[in-house]
Order: sequence, then C-alpha cells, then structure tokens
Amino acid sequence: MPLFHTEDQAMLADSASGFMAEEGNINKQLRHWRDRDCPDGFGHALWKQMAEMGFTGMLVAEDDGGLGMGHVEAGIVLEEIGRNLTPSPFLTSSVLAATALGHGSSDLKGRYLPGLIEGDSVFAVAIDETAKHRPSRISTKAEKSGNGFKLSGSKSFVIQGASSDMIVVAARTSGSDEDEDGITLFAVPKDASGMHQDPVRLVDSAMASHIKFDGVELDGDAVIGEVDGGREILNAMLAAGRVGVAAEGVGVAQGAMDMTVDYLKQRKQFGKLIGEFQSLQHRAAHLYSEVEIARAVTIKAQQLLDEGAPSADLMTSVAKSKVAKAAGLAVKEGVQMHGGIGMTDEYDIGLYMKRDRALAEFLGDAYFHANRVAELSGY
Amino acid sequence: MSDLENFRQETRTWLEANCPQEMRQPVRDDGDVYWGGRNATFQSDAQKAWFEAARDKGYTVPSWPKEYGGAGLSAPEAKVLRQEMARIGARPPLSSFGIWMLGPALLKFGTEGQKKRFLNEIARGEIRWCQGYSEPGSGSDLVSMQTYGEDKGDHWIVNGQKIWTSYADKADWIFCLVRTNKEDKYKGITFMLFDMTGDGVSTKPILLISGNSPFCETFFDNVSVPKSYGEDCPGFVGEINRGWDVAKYLLGHEREMISGMGGGERTTAIGTAMKRHAGKTGDEIDAVLRSEMALFDVDALAFTAMAEKFMDEMKAGKGHPALPNMMKYVGTEINKRRHELMMSAGGSRALEWESEETRGGKAPRDWLRTKANSIEGGTSEVMLNVISKRILELPGG
Ligand SMILES: Cc1cc2nc3c(=O)[nH]c(=O)nc-3n(C[C@H](O)[C@H](O)[C@H](O)COP(=O)(O)OP(=O)(O)OC[C@H]3O[C@@H](n4cnc5c(N)ncnc54)[C@H](O)[C@@H]3O)c2cc1C
Ligand SMILES: Cc1cc2nc3c(=O)[nH]c(=O)nc-3n(C[C@H](O)[C@H](O)[C@H](O)COP(=O)(O)OP(=O)(O)OC[C@H]3O[C@@H](n4cnc5c(N)ncnc54)[C@H](O)[C@@H]3O)c2cc1C
Repeated sequence: MPLFHTEDQAMLADSASGFMAEEGNINKQLRHWRDRDCPDGFGHALWKQMAEMGFTGMLVAEDDGGLGMGHVEAGIVLEEIGRNLTPSPFLTSSVLAATALGHGSSDLKGRYLPGLIEGDSVFAVAIDETAKHRPSRISTKAEKSGNGFKLSGSKSFVIQGASSDMIVVAARTSGSDEDEDGITLFAVPKDASGMHQDPVRLVDSAMASHIKFDGVELDGDAVIGEVDGGREILNAMLAAGRVGVAAEGVGVAQGAMDMTVDYLKQRKQFGKLIGEFQSLQHRAAHLYSEVEIARAVTIKAQQLLDEGAPSADLMTSVAKSKVAKAAGLAVKEGVQMHGGIGMTDEYDIGLYMKRDRALAEFLGDAYFHANRVAELSGY
Repeated sequence: MSDLENFRQETRTWLEANCPQEMRQPVRDDGDVYWGGRNATFQSDAQKAWFEAARDKGYTVPSWPKEYGGAGLSAPEAKVLRQEMARIGARPPLSSFGIWMLGPALLKFGTEGQKKRFLNEIARGEIRWCQGYSEPGSGSDLVSMQTYGEDKGDHWIVNGQKIWTSYADKADWIFCLVRTNKEDKYKGITFMLFDMTGDGVSTKPILLISGNSPFCETFFDNVSVPKSYGEDCPGFVGEINRGWDVAKYLLGHEREMISGMGGGERTTAIGTAMKRHAGKTGDEIDAVLRSEMALFDVDALAFTAMAEKFMDEMKAGKGHPALPNMMKYVGTEINKRRHELMMSAGGSRALEWESEETRGGKAPRDWLRTKANSIEGGTSEVMLNVISKRILELPGG
C-alpha cells in the first residue's frame, strides 16, 4: 500500500479539517472552556457533533454498530484535533477505550458502545500509577469476591476521569507488580462505590484525576476479555493510543509551524521581513523536514497497525518518539521566532507549546519510546 | 492472488534462481560495486553472473521502458522488486551515474535517438559516465561556471576546467555544463555529452582525507565536441543555451540518490549491530552511548518511512517538486551521525588505518567519506536555502 492517503481518506481529511476548523477551533473550544474554568475541560455539544460526523465510532467494528475504520482514519481526525488544539474525549474514548471494548463481551459492548457512538458517553482509561508512564508495572489489585471482584489501589493522572461515564482500569488479578501476566481489564462505571476521584487541571487546561479504589465491588461481567488475560488487550490499547497521540502531535506540530512561518512573512525588523534572515530560514527549513518525517512515520505506523503487521509495535514507538521530538521543536521554535509576542497568553502559539508538553508525556515520552525501540531491537 | 502478489512470487523465484549467495552480502567497499564501462572488469564470477542476469531481464534499470534496456515495471512493481531485493540483501547489479543522473535527464529531455543509444548503453553497463558540473570558482553557486564552448558551426571548441569530477579517470564519457553564451547567466549554458578519450581531455586525481582518490580535476584544452552524433542524436541534451533546466532536473535525481545513503530501505537498528560487535571484542556500550544510539535509531527508522513515502508520492506524481532537497539534507545528516556513532562504538579499533583485520581501515575511511555527503550534489546549507524558498516560500533573494 502506498504511504499516502487513498481517495476516501483524502475526502475524510477534507471534511474533518473543515469541520474542526469551524467548530473545534481555539476560540470556540479551548479558550472558551478554559476561560470559564470548565470542570470537564471540553464541550459536550461538540462531542455530540463529532458523533453526527461519524467520528466517535470510527474504530468500532461494523458488527458492533460502528464504522469499522482503521488507525489511518482515526489519525486523520486526530491530526485536525491537534491542529486546532480541540479539547475532546476522542482519544481516550474513541481510540483507547473503544479498542479495549472491542475485546469485550457482547454484553459489555451493548452496554457501552451505543452511548459512545451517539456521542452521549465519555470514557477514560486508567493505566499508570505514577507520574511517568510505566505500563509494565501494575499494582492496583482486583481480588475475587463472590461472583465478582474487589478493586483496591490507585491510578494517577487519568485524563478526563471525572467526566467519564466509564473508566477502563488495568488491575492485577495475579502475580506480582512487574509480571507480564496476571493483568485484567475492568470496565468500571462512574458511580461505582468506593471509587474516589481527585481532579487536577493540567498545563494544557485538560483535567486529569487521581483515582483511589477503596474496595470497589465489581460484577464479574465488568471484566473486559479474560481474567488474567488483559495484557494483550492493554498492549493493543496502548498501540492504538500511541499512534493516536502521534497523529495528534503531527497536527500540533503542523499548526505551530504554519503559524510561525506565516509570522516570518509578516513581521518586519531592521527594515526587512524577519523571514529574510537566513538564520531563521534554515531553522524553519530544518523544522519543516522534521515535521514531514514525523508525518511519514506516523502514517507508516498507522498502516502497519491496520494490517496487523508484526513490525507495527516497533514503528509505533518510533512514531511516538519522533513526533514528540518534532512537535517539541515546532513549539519551541514557534515561541522563539515570535519574539516577545510569543510569550503572551493572547497569542495562540503558547497554547501549542502547552498542548505539546501534555501530549509528549501521554502514553510514554520520547525517551521512554526511544528506550523501547532499543529494547525491541535487542540492545 | 492479485497481480502484484503474483509478481512478488515471480520475483522471489527469479531472485532465488539468479542472485548468487555472494551477491547477497553487504557492499564492503568500492571494489564490491560493479560500475560497468568499456574498461570494467568483474571482481568475481558471481558478480558477473548477477550483472548479466539482471541486464538480460532489464533489472539494471527496472522502471525504464523495455526499448531502452529496462523492464518497464510499474511503480508498485518496482517497489515490490526493491522490497524483495532488500529482503535478501541483494546488491545492486550495476551502479552508475548513468542510471542515477544522466538516464532520468535523458528520459525527460532526450531525443528518441539519444534515448535509444545512450539509455541502452547505460542499462547494459557498456558506457560509464561522469559529471562535469563544479569548477574551482563555482561550487554552490554553480550557475556562475565559466568553462566555455566556442561555436564552430557543426561543433564546439571547449576550454576550461572542472573539479571534484567523481571517477573522471575511470569514466568513458562526460555529461558536462559548458557556457555557450557569456551574456546570459541562466540561458547561456549547454548540457553537452562527449567522450573522455577525445583529444584535449585530461584528468588529475585528487587525494581525499579518506586516503582514497575517487575524484579528479578535469581539464579541457581545445576539445572538439560535435553538435551531432548521427541522425536524431545531438551532442547536447535539451536545447542549446538551455542546459541549466536539464542540469537542475538532474540535480533533483542526484539528490534523491544521495539521500538514499541515509538508509532508504535499511530497516535494522544501528544499536543491534553495534551491540553484537561490542560483544565480540569484549567491550561494553556505555549507557549514554546506548541512549544516543536509541535516539539515532528513532530518527533513522523514521527516515526509512519518509523515504518510502517520498518514493510513493514521487511515483504517483504527488509531493512537492523540491522534496529531493529535503531528502538529501536529512539523509546525509543521518548518515554522518550513523558513522560518528560507529566510530564511538568501535573505540580504538576504529582508529586503525591499515591493518588487514580492519579491512584496510574501513571504519575511519568510511567515516571520513560520509563527511562529503552533505557537500556533494549541493551542500546542506544550500538544501536548507531551497527548502525555505521553494517549499516554505520565505521571502528574500
Ligand atoms: C518576559 C519579557 C519581558 C520583557 N521586559 C521588557 C522590559 O522591561 N522593557 C522593554 O523595553 N522590553 C522588554 N521586553 C521586550 C524584549 O526586549 C523584546 O521582546 C526583544 O527585544 C525581542 O523583540 P520582539 O519581541 O519585537 O521580537 P522581534 O524582534 O520581532 O523578533 C522576532 C524573531 O525574529 C528574530 N530576529 C529579529 N531580527 C533578527 C535578525 N536581524 N537576524 C535574525 N533573527 C532576527 C528574533 O530573534 C526573534 O526570534 C520583554 C520581553 C519579554 C518576553
Ligand atoms: C565526494 C565529492 C564528490 C563530488 N563529485 C562531483 C562530481 O562528480 N561532479 C561535480 O561536478 N561536482 C562534484 N562534487 C562537487 C560538489 O558538488 C561541490 O563540492 C558542492 O557543490 C559545493 O561546492 P564547493 O565545494 O565549491 O563549496 P562552496 O560553494 O564554496 O561552499 C563552502 C561553504 O559555504 C556554504 N555556502 C555556500 N553558499 C551558501 C549560501 N548561499 N548560503 C549558506 N551557505 C552557503 C556551503 O554550504 C559550504 O559549507 C563533489 C564533491 C565531493 C565532496
């Protein structure tokens, strides 16, 4: 398959970019909700509109009422989300949670997927237990109790946890903290008794929860997949999420770069447009190269994941790491090349910097994934 | 099975039958490369067999039309062939400036007669070409070149000097930029083709920091270049005085070719090889060096995806026409970093310049050679200029 969008995908990109620029733009969404101290950090009306656009159930199988599309398509939407810094539950609900639910029982699917597809429900995923992404270690425990389980432990920085109707929780049902096996995924409803959320606001205005599970009673049918067989689903979820973050990061990078290149063509100093100075031209050209490579490796990872190729895992980490570096460069150069105005809240370039920081951290930063590339390559 | 899958199967079978095991080893040095030409000799029977099989199948230039010596493969077929060759590590059966540079320019600007003659000679490895662009006073600012051809009716008399002419001492013919109008900088250059054995052409090798001398100073002293080599076969490409268009188009292909050194189809991580190597010598790789390698591998593997996307887009007529400049910039910078890391991982062993175990100091010589990657075919700085002007459309002269 060639490494560019098919005609159908290009059409989707057209409609997604038009829609997001119109409805998901910075003034209408990010600034709007931020300036009102919105406890969700995003707008439910937009989520409903995204459902009407057919975005919310893109990754849900057709048999389950979704569109049965792939990661290339989800990535198209995420890139526009990134470019517009649109706060939305798309990544956590339609990519991460939807991937987990795809492995669930028909009962679980019936309970949760229609709400997702309609844009009525929001989901979160709770994996990490510390400030750095480390899915190899899971100590939150789920012990057998009657016909179900009793969940105890804690999860940290669960994005949009307090806004979610259901949270996919990775818990240990056997073995010790670092064991590969013995993980089970649970669909925990928001009103589960014994679950306490402590929401905090992050640098990009998104909300994240610290969650405590204090002997939360769960029915056996809250299990996603098999008991002790959660690692594989978790890995699938992480792969989907990581290429998703990469795609969103490409959008952030492109948005920041476009703004900056435009600025270089407008701002005059020393009687010249600053874009005439070769020192800035070379840095802009280097940045362009990095962003193009980030885009290429992201679509490669998306395609490999959609094909189910064994190398998808490696390329996913390459993409996540590369995008973090490229988008990081885009926002840093963006602020610098704007001069003093880049430091102001009124100007959008700083918002790109904040979003990039949060995205780079989510599901493993550039160093985590570079290390993973080394490990997967046998060194 | 789709046609393409059929083609993949056929290709596998063909490669299995025709590509000898010895030709599935990585290229170690220039001796392993078959360049063709009048005076070419084969390093081994395997090299000869592989070249001849590929030549007869049109696989020295798989996507050129059959009547010009190629196999007429479509873009997806050519990609399958590349993938299948990469899978078994097959060496290119024939390498040449004719394939990478002159061929594409002739396909675009050549007359039917030129294509029939020169492309077939290139595809069959009969004539080895060199590139006469740079001059002592004209490197990055190539269009300022001065080598002059005086019009004598049916021929030109060419005088002047070229420099950095790779393999000029081994080449049979040269494609050469010659000024034919001193009044017009851009519309005063003719792209000439002539025989290096002709009277008045001489070459003098230049020794590089790597200790090799693959390139030369090239002198033209009253060289007579015919305007025609027979019916429909002019001695120049494109129009007289419009050689700059041809030169620039060719540079695009040259840059694309050089960018491949960054590891176009290469997919193995450097850290894997370096760890294996260190294990053999009893060395360990420091944690910080390992980190550098990992960050490098991210960049290098990401670039393999870029190279694939670039090829796919170019073949489909998509993508910005100035993209080869970006590919060249990134590919060469990556290749330089790769060799820096190999030197660090190699330790003192990588300093050995002559011993037999180090195959004549291959590591440091290769490392030094890569420094030219970001100079030859247009420097990195010039690539960045082009990207900022043509792609980002930044202002200024
Ligand atoms: C937090 C903060 C506090 C400040 N406090 C004060 C203060 O107390 N008093 C005061 O007077 N000012 C203050 N300043 C202003 C500061 O001095 C200016 O922002 C600074 O001089 C840059 O000017 P500029 O913002 O107009 O950017 P510009 O000059 O427009 O620069 C934009 C970009 O173009 C680049 N550029 C400009 N010219 C060239 C060139 N010739 N070659 C290459 N690149 C070029 C710049 O490096 C920059 O990246 C403050 C700024 C900030 C951010
Ligand atoms: C191994 C090798 C093989 C070669 N083979 C051939 C060949 O076969 N045929 C042939 O014709 N040529 C060949 N060349 C020549 C090559 O194309 C030139 O070396 C190259 O174009 C640079 O020209 P120069 O060496 O004169 O450097 P210069 O142009 O003098 O550049 C010197 C420095 O100034 C910088 N610079 C120049 N202009 C600018 C600018 N506008 N903005 C910013 N920086 C600038 C350059 O980037 C460089 O760092 C080869 C070179 C090498 C190293």
